[in-house]
Amino acid sequence: MSSGLYSTKARDFCQTLDLTKVKPYGDTMNDGKVQVSFTLPIADDERAIEAARQLGLKMGLSDVLVAHHEALDKEFTFFVVYGNMTHTVDLTTIKVCTIDSQVLDMHGVDDFIKQNIGRKLVVVGASTGTDAHTVGIDAIMNMKGYAGHYGLERYEMIEAYNLGSQVANEEFVKRATELKADVLLVSQTVTQKDVHVSNLIELVELLEASRLRDKVILVAGGPRINNELAKELGYDAGFGPGKFAEHVASFFIEEFVRRHKK
Amino acid sequence: MKSKLNLDFAAVEKARQAARAIAEDTQKFILQHTSVTIERTCARLLGIDGVDAYEVPLPNLIVDSIKSAGGLGLGLSVYLGNAMIQTGKTPQQIAETVAAGELDITKLKMADLFEIRAKIDDIARQTTARIKANRQQREQYLGRFGDKQGPYIYVIVATGNIYEDIIQAKAAAAQGADVIAVIRTTGQSLLDFVPFGATTEGFGGTYATQENFRLMRAALDESSEKHGRYIRLCNYCSGLCMPEIAAMGALERLDMMLNDALYGILFRDINMQRTMIDQYFSRMINGFAGVIINTGEDNYLTTADAVEEAHTVLASQFINEQFALLSGVPEEQQGLGHAFEITPDLKNGFLYELAQAQMAREIFPKAPLKYMPPTKFKTGNIFRGHIQDALFNMVTIMTGQKVHLLGMLTEAIHTPLMSDRALSIENARYIFNTMADLGDEIEFKNGGIMANRANQVLQEAAAMLETIRRDGLFKTLEMGRFAGVKRPQSGGKGLDGVATKQNGYFNPFIELMQQGGKA
Repeated sequence: MSSGLYSTKARDFCQTLDLTKVKPYGDTMNDGKVQVSFTLPIADDERAIEAARQLGLKMGLSDVLVAHHEALDKEFTFFVVYGNMTHTVDLTTIKVCTIDSQVLDMHGVDDFIKQNIGRKLVVVGASTGTDAHTVGIDAIMNMKGYAGHYGLERYEMIEAYNLGSQVANEEFVKRATELKADVLLVSQTVTQKDVHVSNLIELVELLEASRLRDKVILVAGGPRINNELAKELGYDAGFGPGKFAEHVASFFIEEFVRRHKK
Repeated sequence: MKSKLNLDFAAVEKARQAARAIAEDTQKFILQHTSVTIERTCARLLGIDGVDAYEVPLPNLIVDSIKSAGGLGLGLSVYLGNAMIQTGKTPQQIAETVAAGELDITKLKMADLFEIRAKIDDIARQTTARIKANRQQREQYLGRFGDKQGPYIYVIVATGNIYEDIIQAKAAAAQGADVIAVIRTTGQSLLDFVPFGATTEGFGGTYATQENFRLMRAALDESSEKHGRYIRLCNYCSGLCMPEIAAMGALERLDMMLNDALYGILFRDINMQRTMIDQYFSRMINGFAGVIINTGEDNYLTTADAVEEAHTVLASQFINEQFALLSGVPEEQQGLGHAFEITPDLKNGFLYELAQAQMAREIFPKAPLKYMPPTKFKTGNIFRGHIQDALFNMVTIMTGQKVHLLGMLTEAIHTPLMSDRALSIENARYIFNTMADLGDEIEFKNGGIMANRANQVLQEAAAMLETIRRDGLFKTLEMGRFAGVKRPQSGGKGLDGVATKQNGYFNPFIELMQQGGKA
């Protein structure tokens, strides 16, 4: 216990939370503690450690500690670095685009559709393009759902069609037209070199070209998707990690009613 | 071996008999048919390679020319052997002439079938000798370095660029990996041809091509020499080109291949008749080449529930085992698959995983079981992910799983970074070492949670197999009993590439390979 892990250094910074200057919290307000790990394509030696430290400084860290370094191969070294963030953000000026629908559970969604729409909504989903992963679309659509949240197939007032993976955008639009879809769900799970973005844009362009864009509620989902990105790409909403069928359903039922009121 | 779970081995035997009957029933159908990729495989193994000016592989061009003349049911070997007699050219020269539009090999005068066979068998023997020599070279490496005791640490590389893959693979080998799998680019399984040459562009993986195989094998041979361990290379014999990729792997000394009888049907919507026909020849090649095949039951649990559907995994393992045996793949080369995919929220979930893994070990004692890591309940919380992987590593070392696919803490975020892989290897090596003999020290309580779980899964699997025996495999797949996925018998991709064998059809490699590939 002689490694000096317990800091006795005087704290010379303000320890009151200021929402105009928010920074990371380690164990004391405004200490700015962050952990970073990365690999450098250089041999593991003293110069490499100094290089990692200097990179930490350039990231805006002070008191940079290279806690761990390890050779991954002759010319590659892995680092774990701790430091104190010098930057802050002003929370009071941040505006984000959130989905403000009230989240209903499965029965709530079914009741809402019965009362306000009066017929089943047709939802068509797929993992499109070259993406072979169905985990995202399955989590939202399959009867069983995910982590205890039932999927749309189990909803009484939703007619759900899961087209699976690697569905070409053309095929997706064709099937959606045949099935008279009210809502389209597009999942993009694994992506490399941002292929998911171009694929998502292609679908919007196709829908516009076929004059279908306004007829459907278009929703994107996946680990790299958020609402802001989805809207930017021309979608009505986007759902990232930690969202389940009821979040998606609560959004599209409200949106459906809003559109059809006009 | 005494069962640690007090398994009902009479039920095991019954299940195995049912699976045997299911496979034999389907085998009758398989033996009556061939497919475009089987004939292209013969073309490749008879020495045809390369592409035309539009990047179309010559094996495709020559087989398509036969197919459009209505001759697919007679097979490539008859036409090719005849063309060799009539023109005096080599298979490659004939393919080039066909590609140039200067020859229609279906319109030539037919020589005596006996002479044609002799001509073809001569080249086929040279090819099988080359594959045998590859197998011997692998045995020599293993003889020199000794084979890895305990689980094989299996990691993937997936950069899209074969040269970048090589850098990653060598680093992984240096860190302790025993098997390097080069993930294929998404969508390759749906291509009805195999691309040609070294490739540097792919999405989520790298094209499987013969040249990419050769480059990676050469790099891993270097690593093997350097580290004094034989580093195995793995790729994917699935999709529309199962036997062609098996042939390329056999020629370039790959050591392991994903090669499931049902995977393409369920997860890639490839036609079931096509898949059953293709899996037979692809597995025959793998069996002959000494390649360990990996089956894909783990995938069932990514779409269906891992607790409720565990018996479908076991039932499918029995079926895969029997199809593999019918194709000449011995148990020692059967990496039957399963996975650690129970939700972390389930009380005693780890006990179920441990019970099921031990059960698989006892039911398939000689098989190098392939065990897949948690993926479905990885959230992006890398710290929890690392612990999930540690639990998975414990099951492997306690139950003697062999082909151990390392989980990555960054699953669900990106394809592995070099450091992700290094941390995972470190995790596995730590656990494999510190718990090396724990499995030998423990027995499970008679009538306890684990013994009951294993026997329940076994009984359910046996009952399922009885139902499949009654209904037939094709109907079972139509009804969606595996992975909750329904597939129509004439639906999916690739059915137009299937033909019924006609009188006079022959495939020179089936007879040669049935004799086995051991030296």
